[in-house]
Amino acid sequence: MIFYPDSFKISTPTDREIVVERDFDAPRQVVFDAFTRPELVRRWLLGPDGWTMPVCEIDLRVGGAYRYVWRKESTGTEMGMGGVFREVVRPQKLVATEKFDDAWYPGEAVDTTVFEERGATTKMRLTVLYESKEARDTASRSGMERGMIAGYNRLEEMLASIGVNG
Amino acid sequence: MVIQPASTQLDATFAALADPTRRAILARLATGDASVNELAEPFDMTQPAISKHLKVLERAGLISRDRDAQRRPSRLEPARLAEASAWLEQYREFWETSFARLDAVLEELKTRKHKRRQPSRR
Repeated sequence: MIFYPDSFKISTPTDREIVVERDFDAPRQVVFDAFTRPELVRRWLLGPDGWTMPVCEIDLRVGGAYRYVWRKESTGTEMGMGGVFREVVRPQKLVATEKFDDAWYPGEAVDTTVFEERGATTKMRLTVLYESKEARDTASRSGMERGMIAGYNRLEEMLASIGVNG
Repeated sequence: MVIQPASTQLDATFAALADPTRRAILARLATGDASVNELAEPFDMTQPAISKHLKVLERAGLISRDRDAQRRPSRLEPARLAEASAWLEQYREFWETSFARLDAVLEELKTRKHKRRQPSRR
C-alpha cells in the first residue's frame, strides 16, 4: 500500500508535457544534493522494491552527461537511460535531455527540474517535455504517443467516474 | 523519467482515451450496454459521428460490439481499461515509492548536518 501525500501530483498541462510535483521536508540545498549527487541518487531513485542502480554517473555541469542503469536483481532485467545537462543553476534549476536506451517515444525528451524554497520545505517540480510535434509526427508511433500523454491525467478522472480503479 | 508501457495495444488504448467524447461514451457504457441510437441522443451527435468514436474504442479493445443483434449494442471491456490503469498506477508508484525513500535520505542528511553543526558542503 502506498500513501500518496497531498503535495504529490502528476499532470499534463500541454500535449507535450508531463509534470510531477512533490514537496520535501528539507532545505533546498539538501534536496538539490539528493537529486544530483550519485551516491545519494542511487539510494532513492529506484521505483519499486527489488531494483538497484548499478550505474549512476552525473557530471553536473552544462554539457556534462549523466547515465543511469537500473537492475531488477531477481531477474537480471536492466533498463538504462541518460542525457546531457543544458542548464545547471545550483540549487534551484536543472535542465537535461533524457533518452531511454529502449525508448518507445521518438527522439529525446527534455527534463526541467525546479526546486522552490518554501520556508523549511522545498517544492520540486519536474517537467518532462517531449520533442516538437513536427519531430513526433515523422515518427511512426507519434500520434499514439501524443494521445497517450494527452489522455494520461484525464484517465484517472475517468476511471474514478466509472469506478474501475477501485 | 517514464516507465515503458507494455505494448502498442496500450498506446492505442491511451490514444482512444485522450478524447473527452470517447471517455463519456465509456462512462455511459459502464452503466449498461447501449446501441448507437441510444448513445447519439444524450451526446447530441449524429449516428455516423458516434460510430466513428465506437470504431476507435473497439480497435483499442475498450469495447466490443455485438455483430448479430440488430441494435448492435456496444459493451464495455473492462480488461483493457484495467491494463491502462495498471500502467498509470505503475508510473505513480514508481515516483512516490522513490520519493518516500528520498524523504528518508533527506531526514538522514538533515540529522547528520545538525550533529556536525557546520554549513552544507558543496
